[in-house]
Amino acid sequence: MSVALSILLPFIASAFIPFLYRRVTNIHLGWFVLVVPVVLFSYLATFIPRIASGKTFINTFEWIPSYDINITTYLDGLSMIFGLLITGVGSLVILYSIFYLSSKESLHHFYCYLLLFMGAMLGVVFSDNLMVLYAFWELTSVSSFLLIAFWHHRKASRAGARKAMTITVSGGVAMLAGFLMLYVASGTFSIREILANLEAVQASSYFVPAMCLVLLGAFTKSAQFPFHIWLPDAMEAPTPVSAYLHSATMVKAGIYLVARTTPIFGGHEVWFWSVSAVGLVTLFWGSFNAVKQFDLKALLAYSTISQLGLIMSLFGLGSAALSLGYSADTVIYTQATFAALFHLINHSTFKGALFMMVGIVDHEVGTRDIRRLGGLMSLMPFTFTIAVIGSFSMAGLPPFNGFLSKEMFFAATLKITQLDIFSLDAVGLIFPIVAWIASIFTFIYCVIIVNRTFFGKLQPDRLEKPPHEAPIGMLISPYILIALVIGIFIFPNVLGHYILSPAMASIYPSFPSVDELTPHIAAWHGYINTELIMTFGVVVVGIFLYRTLKKWRPMYQLIPQKYTLNGIYERVIGSSEQYSGALTKFYMNGKLTYYFIYIYVFFVAILAGYMVYADLFSWNPSNDSVIEPYELLLVFVMIAAAVAIIFAKQRITAVLLNGVLGYSVAFFFVVFRAPDLALTQLVVESVTTALFLLSFKFLPKLQPESGSKAWEFTKVTISIAVGATVTLIGLAVMNYDKFEPISAYFEDSYNLAGGKNIVNTILGDFRAFDTMLEVVVLFIAGLGVYTLIKLKAKKEGKDVED
Amino acid sequence: MESLMIVLIGILVAVATYLVLSRSVLRVIVGTAILSHAVHLLLLTVGGLKKGSVPILGQADAPFTDALPQALILTAIVISFAVTAFLLVLAYRMYLTNGSDDFHKLGGSSDE
Repeated sequence: MSVALSILLPFIASAFIPFLYRRVTNIHLGWFVLVVPVVLFSYLATFIPRIASGKTFINTFEWIPSYDINITTYLDGLSMIFGLLITGVGSLVILYSIFYLSSKESLHHFYCYLLLFMGAMLGVVFSDNLMVLYAFWELTSVSSFLLIAFWHHRKASRAGARKAMTITVSGGVAMLAGFLMLYVASGTFSIREILANLEAVQASSYFVPAMCLVLLGAFTKSAQFPFHIWLPDAMEAPTPVSAYLHSATMVKAGIYLVARTTPIFGGHEVWFWSVSAVGLVTLFWGSFNAVKQFDLKALLAYSTISQLGLIMSLFGLGSAALSLGYSADTVIYTQATFAALFHLINHSTFKGALFMMVGIVDHEVGTRDIRRLGGLMSLMPFTFTIAVIGSFSMAGLPPFNGFLSKEMFFAATLKITQLDIFSLDAVGLIFPIVAWIASIFTFIYCVIIVNRTFFGKLQPDRLEKPPHEAPIGMLISPYILIALVIGIFIFPNVLGHYILSPAMASIYPSFPSVDELTPHIAAWHGYINTELIMTFGVVVVGIFLYRTLKKWRPMYQLIPQKYTLNGIYERVIGSSEQYSGALTKFYMNGKLTYYFIYIYVFFVAILAGYMVYADLFSWNPSNDSVIEPYELLLVFVMIAAAVAIIFAKQRITAVLLNGVLGYSVAFFFVVFRAPDLALTQLVVESVTTALFLLSFKFLPKLQPESGSKAWEFTKVTISIAVGATVTLIGLAVMNYDKFEPISAYFEDSYNLAGGKNIVNTILGDFRAFDTMLEVVVLFIAGLGVYTLIKLKAKKEGKDVED
Repeated sequence: MESLMIVLIGILVAVATYLVLSRSVLRVIVGTAILSHAVHLLLLTVGGLKKGSVPILGQADAPFTDALPQALILTAIVISFAVTAFLLVLAYRMYLTNGSDDFHKLGGSSDE
């Protein structure tokens, strides 16, 4: 009940923002908004002891029960972590934004979007129903789109927002398809019920496709290789947004999805390899590219990508335990998952602090370009402290929490080499090596952040404002975060016991909760092990590479812009626009004749094609009536007149020949016992011919059809094909004589309708509706004719309608 | 007779198609007129030809020719007449406004 209310609260609050904005002008709007996450955080925190003792909370509100779509909130250890992160970091970010954004900005938009995002994010992590999860998932994409383009007058903001939207929504749609497959396989949208029915799901042929599609959604959202390209561009957003969405929450939605679906898919080889390999590639690629950035936020964006890859690969490694099944030996592989969860929290703390630090630097000196920064240490000592602690934690150095998770990461990659499933014995050694190399790059960019910003020479003439320390309000939030960075290092087991241990139970529901699932973290092992040596190596090699950075930096220029992932993305988007435009222009050329050709070709292809396919052509003249000589003559007259029209050079010839056709049709009506038709046809043909002649004065003379031979040939071919199709279908239809006609009924017209002319009784009595509407048609046509003649269009392009 | 009529109808349709594919408005209108002739004849033919006498009670004896297709054709003739008349006036207005009756010259707006 109450968990659902906590999802609802941000949405309700966001609805009141515009009213508050209008009423309250002297107090910064953020103070009111701040109440929401603080209340939610405290409320969720009250659940911690109960969750830690193994309880879960579930509530269902019926939404569309007939389709099994209900708003089911499920609070367990895993959603708890994310709920606390979202509300906790959310509170700090809003506090920070109060000092970061001036009241001149359109704050009501900003906080409205931010609250929408927060509510959507809480919805994602608390939903048990896949469809509801998807709905909130897309809402995070939309609100993030709005937040990235907050300064919508800037072109780069709009471009970044569009790119983020395109990539994350594509992944979201893939994920939706995966969810639907899961539904087909399991018969339910509820994650818990899918878990209860796991064997049927795993036996289904949809299992692997569903897995791949869900992973696609997770990878795009969490900026995994090669979908990471939207994240650096999303840095056009205001810094509080970058800190909140693009480091602590939204990019972790994909991680959450992977963690949440691990019990479903985790035991499969494809899952193990795609999650851990993609994570590892992302880890390396992100850290490698972060080193070459000059913009601090871009650097942090790539470092976020890299760290997300690290977490992702750890979840992949941890899933190995699921495929082995529970035993005392396999349980050590679950430590990778534990490390993932641990690093997830650590990353949110130090990355949030670092983004806020960059925001402060940007805010106080007016630039984020490391080539213009330097020597700020003595001027901004408090900011410097944040940078050092955040960076060193990110680099994995003691005494900060990043050190612990980095050690556990190394340990997990080392352990996985001892496995002999999934052909790991052959390539398993890649894991620790790539992890180690990526850690070196991580160390290098961490040093760059601190060194290039705060050491070296101050360049006052290249800064936009004289540098000075930030106001205290801006420093509160990052200081709380770095306090956590150190606090978690000192008391890691508090976090492990209360927060991480119940989450482990959510990821390994089939495992009995043993102590091995939640390892005791020791900050100092008391002895020297391989991980510690690896960390030592990272520092030594990292320092060496940083010193020689100038020498190997040109290596980054080796890949031309065209072949970077961004370049490829731009080219694919650009060329798809170009080619679809060219294709449309090619066939939609604005010429009526061409459209007629398309229609005729389809007519012939579909009808004649089907007739040939089903072998329906037949001709049986045995029931035909006798041909009289005068009928034959009439037929020849018509054919001659029709063919002559084609060659008519003058319009009078064409019209008169058309008259010949019309009168011949009237004669046929006479011959075929249809007196009413003959009368009507004679009159109508006379009037039509008169109309043609009347309009001659106003219409141009017939021009000779100037066309190439090929064009003429096309026209003739199509005409003959259409004529032949009609003929062949007509002949085949004549044999289709399965039922008696209903006309015998109308022959009783005198008794039924009091008329002796059967045709007239049909028109006036039996089927008078047709006649009425036909009169309406005539009436409308008359009105149309009158209007078209009477209404004179004005010259100079000024129409009467305007 | 029916088979012969259907061949005739096929030829009329082919001619109509050829004319509809022309560039000048007048030819297209004549094409549609011929197409409606063909359709009227087709309706009559597939209803069966000369299967009885004129469908007027008292004038002749049963069996009568099927009256239903005749009623349908009568409706169709009037409607196609209305449409042809309207098309002619439309062509007149088109020529007045654009100064051309060539569909290839009128084709589409140059670019959005």
